[in-house]
Amino acid sequence: MNFGFAAAELMFGLSIIDKLQDIYGLQVVINNLPNFAKGAWLTLEITVFSIVIGMILGVIAGLGRMSNIKLVSFISVIYIDFFRGTPLFVQILLLYFGIIPLLFDATAIQSAIIACGLNSGAYVAEIVRAGIQAVDKGQMEAARSLGMTHTQAMIHIVFPQAFKIVIPPLINEFIMLLKDTSLVSAISVPELTHTGKMLYASTYQAVWVWSAVCVFYFVMTKALSILGDWAERRLATE
Amino acid sequence: MIVVKNLHKSFSQLEVLKGIDCHIHKKEVVCVIGPSGSGKSTFLRCINRLEEAQQGKIFIDGEEVTAPNADINRIRQEMGMVFQLFNLFPHKTTLENVTLAPIKIKKMRKDEANDIAIGLLRKVGLGDKDHVFPSQLSGGQKQRVAIARALAMQPKVMLFDEPTSSLDPEMVGEVLEVMKDLAHEGMTMIVVTHEMGFAREVGHRVFFMDEGILMEQGTPSQIFDHPQNPRTQSFLSKVL
Repeated sequence: MNFGFAAAELMFGLSIIDKLQDIYGLQVVINNLPNFAKGAWLTLEITVFSIVIGMILGVIAGLGRMSNIKLVSFISVIYIDFFRGTPLFVQILLLYFGIIPLLFDATAIQSAIIACGLNSGAYVAEIVRAGIQAVDKGQMEAARSLGMTHTQAMIHIVFPQAFKIVIPPLINEFIMLLKDTSLVSAISVPELTHTGKMLYASTYQAVWVWSAVCVFYFVMTKALSILGDWAERRLATE
Repeated sequence: MIVVKNLHKSFSQLEVLKGIDCHIHKKEVVCVIGPSGSGKSTFLRCINRLEEAQQGKIFIDGEEVTAPNADINRIRQEMGMVFQLFNLFPHKTTLENVTLAPIKIKKMRKDEANDIAIGLLRKVGLGDKDHVFPSQLSGGQKQRVAIARALAMQPKVMLFDEPTSSLDPEMVGEVLEVMKDLAHEGMTMIVVTHEMGFAREVGHRVFFMDEGILMEQGTPSQIFDHPQNPRTQSFLSKVL
């Protein structure tokens, strides 16, 4: 607790008199840890489901963009352009209030996952394309010269090498996605940022509440980057 | 065995091959020499259709490689290719590099493919390097693995695209030695090379190419000792 004191004092230059207030703020955070945890858990759930959707769409659109079939690459480009070229926040609103209700019933959480997944897919598509194109062309030629079909060469030679190249940007994308899920608080999904908003509204402890929210986000993104480092090390061929 | 008729190839505006005609016999070693940009590599790459020719025909054992409906994947299995930059698969061990195609394409059993691969690696002098990744090998060793990889498909022809051009000088010999052995075993080989010594010693015939044209061909002594074409004379005077 002393440490929190000193750190807050250092960062925000609070006077001694305000410290009483600080202790109250800390109490608020401690008392609401279960709520933060619940919000963080939902953030994680939204992120994981969005990643799954984003990866599936991203691989399809990324390969689609490189396809020789004009229609397939055209559709892929439109999809990528739209979701990369407009704000995620607006996409969340458009899908939740506008498009999804026209198509089927979905909760705010489901809408949030769909919006984040669609958005992430566009970025993943470009990562996938960049990864495949980064594999030396000689690799495909060597595989084809042995008599492999294009598909066999892709599966056995190009994809495994592209996968390794793609891990750092992919982890980066997942981290961005996790942070961007904070935007779905706008449609009242009770994730971490929404938890912070509610708590702030009832306590006005801006520094403590939002700092706590930051810590929760940071722990989750750090965990993701550690996971990425581990995956990179495992795939190293030396 | 290999017949090439009026082969033309352009990259957009640039015409790289301007009508190549030639005939390569079984068990023959043909070395293709010439200045850079003369179309040597493109010619070689057209033979297994890594480059698509615009005009002309290529036949291997009477089968037209350039036919639109040719089963190019099967035809390529019978043509091994060795590249200037090795193009080994970096995510696989040397053994896996050699066994991959037999297992995936010929559906060979793994232990059988391993036996053949070990034999081939021994043959190129790398019997002890089977579980090493390409990044741990020297250039000469990489190229020898690449030769073993191509041989694993038991090809009828081997195409070499400047196999020693990116090697340090002290490693050129070990690769040429392997190629020489292969030639003595009766493998049909087309070798694009700048190694005039190899062409003279191992080649049965030498093609001199310049500006997309097969300017002159003949036995090594005809080409190297009594070149007829002034282009050949001028090229050889610069390199010998």
